[in-house]
Formats: sequence, C-alpha cells, structure tokens
Amino acid sequence: MENNTYDSNGYLDMELLRFTTAGSVDDGKSTLIGRLLYDSKSIFEDQIEAIERASKNKGKEEADLALLTDGLRAEREQGITIDVAYRYFATPKRKFIIADTPGHIQYTRNMVTGASTANLAIILIDARNGVVEQTLRHAYIASLLQIPHLVVCINKMDLVAYEEDVYDKIKKQFMGFAPKLDTKDISFIPISALVGDNVVERSKNMKWYEGATLLHLLENVYISGDHNHVDARFPVQFVIRPQTDEYHDYRGYGGRIDGGIFRVGDRIKILPSGFESSIQSIDTLTESLETAFAPQSVSITITDDIDVSRGDMIVKANNIPLQSQDITAMISWFNERPLQVRGKYSLRHTTKDVKCMIQEVKFKMDINTLERNYEDKTVKMNDIARIQLRTTQTLFFDSYRKNRNTGSFILVDEVTNETVGAGMIVERQ
Amino acid sequence: MSKYNLNHLRELEAESIFVFREVAAQFDNPVILFSGGKDSIVMFHLAGKAFFPAKVPIPLLHIDTGHNFEETLIFRDNLVKKHGVKLYIGSVQKTIDAGRVQEETGYNASRNVLQTTTLLDAIEEYKFDAAIGGGRRDEEKARAKERFFSHRDEFGQWDPKNQRPELWNIFNGKKRMGEHFRVFPLSNWTELDVWQYIYMEDIEIPSLYFTHKREVFNRDGVLLSTAPFMKLKPEEKAEILDVRCRTIGDITNTGLTRSKADNVKDIIEETAAERTTERGKRFDDKRSETAMEDRKKEGYF
Ligand SMILES: Nc1nc2c(ncn2[C@@H]2O[C@H](COP(=O)(O)OP(=O)(O)O)[C@@H](O)[C@H]2O)c(=O)[nH]1
Repeated sequence: MENNTYDSNGYLDMELLRFTTAGSVDDGKSTLIGRLLYDSKSIFEDQIEAIERASKNKGKEEADLALLTDGLRAEREQGITIDVAYRYFATPKRKFIIADTPGHIQYTRNMVTGASTANLAIILIDARNGVVEQTLRHAYIASLLQIPHLVVCINKMDLVAYEEDVYDKIKKQFMGFAPKLDTKDISFIPISALVGDNVVERSKNMKWYEGATLLHLLENVYISGDHNHVDARFPVQFVIRPQTDEYHDYRGYGGRIDGGIFRVGDRIKILPSGFESSIQSIDTLTESLETAFAPQSVSITITDDIDVSRGDMIVKANNIPLQSQDITAMISWFNERPLQVRGKYSLRHTTKDVKCMIQEVKFKMDINTLERNYEDKTVKMNDIARIQLRTTQTLFFDSYRKNRNTGSFILVDEVTNETVGAGMIVERQ
Repeated sequence: MSKYNLNHLRELEAESIFVFREVAAQFDNPVILFSGGKDSIVMFHLAGKAFFPAKVPIPLLHIDTGHNFEETLIFRDNLVKKHGVKLYIGSVQKTIDAGRVQEETGYNASRNVLQTTTLLDAIEEYKFDAAIGGGRRDEEKARAKERFFSHRDEFGQWDPKNQRPELWNIFNGKKRMGEHFRVFPLSNWTELDVWQYIYMEDIEIPSLYFTHKREVFNRDGVLLSTAPFMKLKPEEKAEILDVRCRTIGDITNTGLTRSKADNVKDIIEETAAERTTERGKRFDDKRSETAMEDRKKEGYF
C-alpha cells in the first residue's frame, strides 16, 4: 500500500456541514473556533505566524487562538455593526462552513442570517455561569430557524476542576426549558476550548464523560435527513431555450430542487396554472439523470407544450403545497425603520416576487423569556414577531417546519431596496 | 453516504449554478469577470452547466493590466472561440494613457490598484448591472464577510458595514439606476475545493499552473517572474527554477511556487499539504494588513 497522508480520491465521499456558533461575549467562541481550526490543521503557517506575533505584542506566551477570528473582534471593540463572517475547514470526512456570528443582544439579525442555512448550531455556556438569559435566546433562534441539530458545549471546564456535577447541573438547567424548543436533536459536551479537552482530542481530565468529542460529533452527525425528501418542490428559476439547430425545440426549466425527489416519467402539476404533465428528462451538462433530489440544480423538460415561467412551481401531481394570499409568519426584523402595519413591501418567496401588505402584528416574542407580548407590538430592529400579511398573488408554500426553502421569504423595502425582514411561514391555524 | 445525498463538491456546484441562474433572471446586463486564472475558469465551467444546452448568455470582461503571462491570453482567446461568448477588454494601459490614473513608479510598481478604475469605467461604459467575480471567502479576511450578491453604490463602492442580510437561498438584487452588484458564485469554495473540482470535472487550465522552467528572482521571500518591465534591484539575481503558479494574475505580483507537480492530482496533494495561504504568495496583499478591505471598498474585484 502506498503511504499517502492525503487520499486524493477520498474527497468524493466528503459531505458538507454548515454550522453556526453562538455564545455570550467571553464564553470562548473565538477560542473554540480557533481550536477547531488549529487542531484539525486547517491553519496555514502565515496565519499562525501572524497570531503568534500579535500574541507576543500583547504580552502572551502562547498563541492566542481567539485572534484567528480577529476581524470581527476588532469591529466589536470599536462598537461598529458586526456582521456574519464565514470560515472553512475540512477533515477527511467532511467539509465545514462556519457562520461566525457575534452573540451580543443587538445582533439577533446576524444570528438569524447565519442560522438560516445551518445544519447544526453550537451553543456555548461558561461552566462558571451556567445557563444565562442569552443561552435561552440563542437556543430559541436555533429552534425558530429550524436548525436540525443543537450541540450545547459547556466550556471552561478547566476552571471548575472538570467537575462532573457542574456539567450535570447545567445540562439539567438547559433540559428544563428544552420542551419550549422545537429541536429534536440536542447533545451536550463538556469542553475546554483553551486547553483542548473534548474539542478534537478526548479529555484526559474528564474520564467520566463517555460521549463524543465535538469534532467527532461534527464529522458524524447524520445530516442526510436534513433535507425534506418527501414533498417534491421545484420552483422554476430560469427558462432555458437554446434555439440552436441541435436543440431547436428544447425548452428546459432550470432550477434547484427545494424538496423531495423527481423521477423521469413522474406525473407533475404546474402551479399556479394547475396544468398536469410528465417529466420527460432531467438534464445536466454532463449527463441526463433518472432521478434528482434536493438540493440539486438541474434542468427539467416536460412532455407537454405548456407555458411555464420563472416563479412557477413544479410539484408532483399527488402532493401539492399549501396555497393562499393570506400568510401567517414569524418575522425577524432587520431594519432601523420599524415594521409598518398597513405598510407595503416587496416579498420574495422561492423564485417568486410579489407585493404584500402587512395586516397585523399578532404578538412580539420576548426572546429572553420566551413569553409572548400582546401589548407592545412595535416591531423594531432585532425583534421577532408573529405577523399576518396579504400578498397580491397567490403563494404556493409549505410551513417552514416542513420545508425551510418553500416555507421562508424575505421582505424588501420598496424605496431603499434593503432586505428588511425574514419570514418563516407558520402552519395554518 | 445515503442515496439522496450529494458530496461537498456537488453541493457547492448546485449552489453556484443557482447563483448564476439567479443573476441571469434578476439582471439585464450581467458580465463575468474573467482573468484566465483557475477561479474564473471554474466559474465559466459552472456557467456552462447553469445554462446547458444553451450557450452561456453572459459575456466576459477581462481587465487587462498589459502585464500578462502570454499563456493566459492564448488560453482566454481559445476559450472565447470555443464557446462562442463575447469578450470585452478593459485596458489599464488605456486608462493610464487617458490620464485617468497615474502609473506607479519604483521597484514595487504594480498596476493592481489601477485596475479598479479600469473596471469601474468598463462597468459604466457598457452599463453592466452585475459583475460576476471569482472571489472566495477563504481567500482573505475582508472577503470572509462578503455576500453572494454584493451591492455597490453609484460610485462602485462597497460598504462592508451596511450589507444586506442574505438568508436561505434568497438573493436580493434590487437596485437603483446607476448602482450595480458584484456577485460571487464561488463564495463558499476553498482553494482545495477548486482543485478537486477541476480534477473531478477534468477542466482544462493554463499550463502555467503546472511545473515549468522559468527565469525568476526572489523579492522579500516571494519568487517573481522576470519580464521586460520588471526592474531588478542590484542585489536581486535572476535564476532558472522549476516553478508553477498557485494563482495567476498580473506578472508583477504573481508569486511562483517551486514545484514539480505536472498534473492536477499532484497539485491537489501539494495544496492539501501546503502550509501558507494562497494570497500569502501575492505581493499586493503584503502591503498592509487591511490592503484587501481598503481596495474592495473602492470597487476592486
Ligand atoms: N480557562 C479557560 N479560559 C477560556 C476557555 N475558553 C476561552 N477562554 C478564555 O476566555 C476569554 C474569552 O474567550 P473568547 O474566545 O475571546 O470569547 P468570545 O467572546 O466568546 O469569542 C479569553 O481570555 C479566553 O482565553 C477555556 O476553556 N478555559
């Protein structure tokens, strides 16, 4: 056998996992990300040299791993708007995308943004402080955005003498409000991001912990079920008409499968027209496919000559989505100008662009206590609320719980063109 | 892996194709920024996938510093011919001749910064409303917070502190007259992903990426190619070495790597074992800590 540390074909089996990290300031988020990157050997020499230099300047002996995520930190210290930054690392098993979002109260909007595409959320708790108000908020946002997997890392175990009792107590505290969350898969790991216990290497200081290390969990958590593979949904994104001699009559519908599985020959329905047809072919540049599934980008042709355009949705004839002009949704507000009741906004749902009017704010969510506020209904930046709106055209959608793609939308200010809110459609009451 | 699961390259590919189709649907006059480097070649390959079996309906724009590797231009022209796409060229030399910018002088003179003016002029002249670039978030810390759809004001400037939130796969390309967007379909790709994908898809790349003998000299730890317009300092010595490019750009700031890799598989192995970032080899980024962020705000790629 060849002795090769890197198997250049191994990557063909690598999966992609997207995760976010949340924690209060100083819980050790930067240190943890730095530790993951460092111990998985994803940091380049020039970056290590740069942080060693910076650490020395600050009078530190060892390289301060937190400095690796320094870009955001500097901004935070200057009190400037903080944003989401994306970081990448890979192990032979998976490629990881970290949406690094700051945990301060004002930054709900960033956390929501980072959470929208994540498979997994890591929530950090300082072992000395236990569950705090912000822990609740972070867990709620992860649950609201339907991140399938939640990992609660109880950090700084070195500062509580690696006591099992401390860990157990915090775990119990967290489980106390877990029923309020809509997250099925919750794990707990006692770690020390600074020393490295249970991050990449198993801890020698916590023999009592029998679970996985954080990296092991990230590499092995089952994510194949994270996409909805039941309800076939294909929003038409772009009509492909080559108009060449070779493909004279070709009319393909380009798009990304938002849910379910499509097969050649499947009986399909086109919305909003309601016409039925069958799938003739599923094409990509390199091959024609028999089946295609979320989240593949493909081009679909159908057997009948029906007019289909961007914004339409192709679904299986026997499994159609909800349809309505009246939408109830949880909304996360991003803009300094509060949400205007009776106000008009552009609404973008899948590949469809419509206008809408906000009918009513039903309640505002107090994300620190998870209580509903029916009194103060002014929805300001970083607020989360349940609203009712009416669109100018019928939307075809699923509840956000059922499908994160066909159940989500954004609101755009018609004057400034800014993205002012993100909506998650609630199951019909 | 389960039957209904994509590997990471296929998932990145699906995301990039989605972005290309979104650009074609949301903008009237988009353009692909094409440098002839591997990222822009992979981008063009993905565009081909997005619109197959139709031709790529988006033209290319090459910002030409006049300091190119010969191989890059030949490669570019062949690609344009083979795929029948339109190519626009923005010439930095013309921008200099028109007195719009001043040529830098001295040993480290580079036309890198000057490209910004040429690019913005081209965008204005041809009324492009979206310029699709090959930038990746793993390249540099200022890029790490860049959006897929990145809004530019009427002066072509980027405001990193006031970006539109980007959620799920919903992209907001709405803009006012005179404003434009920069779009980055490869945002989530890393250098290694790009090489693995080139290997998996068997994509043709310029010979500069493979080992070849070249006359080079060492400047502050970076190996640069000699060229008629490159002045050597007295203590610098030109020598012939086996090198290859990790990135391809303007000759004056493209650092070369000593390597014997003569095929993509060897390059992947070299990249996986590589201990410095790709941009660490770019002379332009060594100038200051915030070099990239500053240039990007002005309208750089
Ligand atoms: N003792 C100990 N200190 C830690 C640990 N993790 C982080 N810290 C320290 O806690 C402080 C805040 O950490 P940092 O990563 O900057 O927190 P952030 O604000 O969440 O990014 C720093 O001084 C870290 O060195 C840990 O596991 N044990």
